[in-house]
Amino acid sequence: MIGIEHYLVVSSILFVMGMLGIFLNRKNIIIILMAIELILLSVNLNLVAFSAFLGDMTGQIFAMFVLTVAAGEAAIGLAILVIYFRQRGTIAVDDVNRMKG
Amino acid sequence: MQIFAFYLFASIVIASAAFCIFVRNPVHSVLWLILAFFNAAGLMLLVGAEFIAALLVIVYVGAVAVLFLFVVMMLDIDFAELRAGFMKNLPLGLLLALVLMAEIIFGIGAWSAGGMGEATAVVGPQAGGPSNIEALGTLLYTKYVFLFEAAGLVLLVAMVGAIVLTNRKRGGVRVQNIQSQVRRQPEDATRNEQPEVGKGVEL
Repeated sequence: MIGIEHYLVVSSILFVMGMLGIFLNRKNIIIILMAIELILLSVNLNLVAFSAFLGDMTGQIFAMFVLTVAAGEAAIGLAILVIYFRQRGTIAVDDVNRMKG
Repeated sequence: MQIFAFYLFASIVIASAAFCIFVRNPVHSVLWLILAFFNAAGLMLLVGAEFIAALLVIVYVGAVAVLFLFVVMMLDIDFAELRAGFMKNLPLGLLLALVLMAEIIFGIGAWSAGGMGEATAVVGPQAGGPSNIEALGTLLYTKYVFLFEAAGLVLLVAMVGAIVLTNRKRGGVRVQNIQSQVRRQPEDATRNEQPEVGKGVEL
């Protein structure tokens, strides 16, 4: 029988995969954005699993909001990426230091 | 059957997430991401969350992944150069990932050992009760209606922001000037002449 622990393990592996993706592809911001999507997916999986196993629909409602925010974040992130590429001709995030922050 | 489906979906979602972050070609990376989303939707379907699963396929695969694919293909980027630090970051990254993984597994083990309220197993749609979509809709349009509106606002702001950011004024493009078109009168634009034979009209 599949218990909630199985789902939690899968989603935690997915979360760690996303974190590893951010770590390994430090220069490529497209892969970093995809890794963030993976992390949000693991959070969604977690929310849905808890929602189903505890018999409470609120988790699924919250998963929907996470989905909304993830979609908005991807749109804005890619828009910033496109204008950055238009300005500089590269997307290496190592040398993003124009604002001297 | 359910166990088999769970392990199938779970192994494919983990494998495709690994491929997504490890492959060299970003286009392949996006395609692996799409596979991961599909299988995560399968996992959610198994547990009875049909609407979230459908939403995942529609929103992620239909919109976000296609957006990623579009940007990856539109930008002309030298991806080999961007992978330069990959091998250098690999040992530290793997170490950190393993530590985090061990911590999370330990946490789940401690949680499932009890003491914090055991989860009761109510998997799948309950017979006789409202369907998943019905229950979700009832909750969404009553208790969480303001949050729902706020989510719509977030999407609107994201849309306007993306358009404002990427829109650019081009030079040398003829645009429609509606005011001047409306102001134009027939007598300004046309002339009625009756030239003599062989003379022609001066423009």
